[in-house]
Amino acid sequence: MSNDPKHRFNPFSMHVNVDDFIPATDEEKEYIVQMRPSTTFFRDGVRRLCRNKVALISFIVIVIITLSAIFIPLFWPYSYEQMLGVVPGKPVDPSYNNLQPFAYGKTEQKIIEEGGSVFPHIFGTDSSGRDYFIRVVYGTRISLAVGFFASLIVLIIGIVVGSVSGYIGGKVDLVIMRIVDIIYSLPDMLMVILLASVLRQTIGDALEGTVLERIGSNIISLFIVFGILYWVSMARLIRGQILSLREQEYVMAAKATGARPFWIIRHHLIPNCISVVIISTALQIPNAIFTESFLSFVGLGVNAPMPSLGSLASDALNGISSYPYRLIIPALVISLIVLSLNLFGDGLRDAFDPKLKS
Amino acid sequence: MTERNETPLVEARHLKKYFQVNVGAFKTAPLKAVNDVSFSIMRGETLGMVGESGCGKTTVGRTLLQLYKPTGGEIIYDGEKIESPASLKKFRTKASMVFQDPYSSLNPRMTVMDIIAEPLDVHKLCRTKEERRERVLQLMDYVGLNSEHASRYAHEFSGGQRQRIGIARALAVKPEFMVCDEPVSALDVSIQAQVINMFDELQDRLGLTYLFIAHDLLVVRHISDRIAVMYLGKMVELASAGEIYDRPLHPYTKSLISAVPLPDPEKARANRRIILKGDIPSPLRAPSGCPFRTRCAYATEACAESMPELKDVSGGHLVACHRTAEIND
Ligand SMILES: Nc1ncnc2c1ncn2[C@@H]1O[C@H](COP(=O)(O)OP(=O)(O)OP(=O)(O)O)[C@@H](O)[C@H]1O
Ligand code: SF4
Ligand SMILES: [Mg+2]
Repeated sequence: MSNDPKHRFNPFSMHVNVDDFIPATDEEKEYIVQMRPSTTFFRDGVRRLCRNKVALISFIVIVIITLSAIFIPLFWPYSYEQMLGVVPGKPVDPSYNNLQPFAYGKTEQKIIEEGGSVFPHIFGTDSSGRDYFIRVVYGTRISLAVGFFASLIVLIIGIVVGSVSGYIGGKVDLVIMRIVDIIYSLPDMLMVILLASVLRQTIGDALEGTVLERIGSNIISLFIVFGILYWVSMARLIRGQILSLREQEYVMAAKATGARPFWIIRHHLIPNCISVVIISTALQIPNAIFTESFLSFVGLGVNAPMPSLGSLASDALNGISSYPYRLIIPALVISLIVLSLNLFGDGLRDAFDPKLKS
Repeated sequence: MTERNETPLVEARHLKKYFQVNVGAFKTAPLKAVNDVSFSIMRGETLGMVGESGCGKTTVGRTLLQLYKPTGGEIIYDGEKIESPASLKKFRTKASMVFQDPYSSLNPRMTVMDIIAEPLDVHKLCRTKEERRERVLQLMDYVGLNSEHASRYAHEFSGGQRQRIGIARALAVKPEFMVCDEPVSALDVSIQAQVINMFDELQDRLGLTYLFIAHDLLVVRHISDRIAVMYLGKMVELASAGEIYDRPLHPYTKSLISAVPLPDPEKARANRRIILKGDIPSPLRAPSGCPFRTRCAYATEACAESMPELKDVSGGHLVACHRTAEIND
């Protein structure tokens, strides 16, 4: 737009100023007719995902958090359940309880005075003298694992039930969908609390002496609660996908060429619903993490002494006025995880929806 | 059109297709989408098929290609009944289909190359990648698509181009017979003519036989040798394209013809528009006797009692009406 008053831009004028248009250069014309390099759908999606800064940063954050949650406990000198003031054969040393960040207990102080070095307690210790940093890391690990596996369970049940319902249709579909409606209409937090408190009793007894006991009855019951309650939206989603895809004329066209059902599933149904499924699973993970934190916070989460971000926050309530950071740190980590997973999920959706593709 | 001989390539005998549909919570009822339809299509011929929306045209085409299992009747292709899996497999490489909706008939996750090559891949017709590529480019050339577009996705194309992709896919197996299910209904009028002309050229070039479905007569007029008129799952009239236009015998066809805009104002004035009363009844509640009787100006009590047979009234002009003689004297 030129600044010449004659050509001043008038938003209400419909007249097009010819001077504003410059003929396309040969290079630009070339670009328009250019053959797009043959890419697969997947590579195309990844390319678009990488161009989305927010999603990319979220992804990096998730990776960093996940890797630290997995690897830091492997070499950290303290463990999440070790009470530093308790040494076998000696009286309990209360100086280790409630240490401030980067403070040391009595025996550690002595080592430092003698010229030795002690690994610092970055976030201090909790009221039982356990290194708080490693507890946060471990809690993150638990929260992530719960979120991931719970979503996996939801995904598996959802895929099985949803595709059966969508494929078979008829009465089977009718019955399944009514069940889904009923579960859907239950107040879910109430159900979660009821189920979790009932299940931890029964399962706790049943698991006694098995390998699963180590994981803890509460986590198992959490998975069951997720499995029972949250498969419904996934099942609905997948059923809807299958129903609408089955009616697509390209499926009919494939049949018309004589394609077998397996071919149709592999070339038409899966590629067309996989991204929706992956995306909603990705968005399910923060949901599960959030619910787990909530349950731990109200005391229905993981078994002590195992920490989760929710139970850490809950424990911190006791000393909230003296040690507010003990609440703030796990709360921040939860927020960071949930936020970045959500943003990454949104980015995935944008990237793998071909209709938004430019 | 093309020179053709008088042996039927495709024959449908008493074809029936009923869908079980839900009426009420736990009850189903048969919906007679195609109700006892018989016709044959000669080699090299184009049979046009017209009728209002919902009269069963698509169902005829799909049942003919065995995409729906017929409820009754038989389909004979080139003198052989299509029944066994082996005959069906062979039939699949001889007959193909162009679909009504250029949007939903192409998989959005596949490139044009893969879409067109799908029938080749299903039947393993190409031994090497190079051969497959050559064949696809040749097909794209047939239908007037730029070969540079082979690696694009279908949603990057206009409706007309998409329909061309669908046609190229239908041509991939080198079929003899093609069911074209309203291939131009979803397109702009200006593009319709182009695409219809393309069908015409392809027929000349490849010796194809068509069942060409449309919902208005104007579209099928140029391309068809004979035209069949459908109403509520029944075929009510079948005659050469000229006959249908100049001497429609069935009251329903008459009303369709009267609705076609005529270029000649003299003729148009003489041709009074016949406006049908009422709507097409639901196929679930088809009237007894003649399906058209609820809207027919000539209906009598006899029409409610028995279903009129499709009868040859003069040299290959078939009509299903009890009162053909009285109405057209
Ligand atoms: N899969 C199906 N299940 C149940 N009913 C169906 C099915 N397909 C078609 N019908 C019904 O059969 C009847 C004929 O449908 P069909 O699609 O053959 O009509 P059509 O003549 O092709 O219409 P259009 O011009 O709108 O394409 C309609 O009443 C339709 O509702
Ligand atoms: S049979 Fe009777 S109702 Fe049917 S078209 Fe002929 S005159 Fe009309
Ligand atoms: Mg149709």
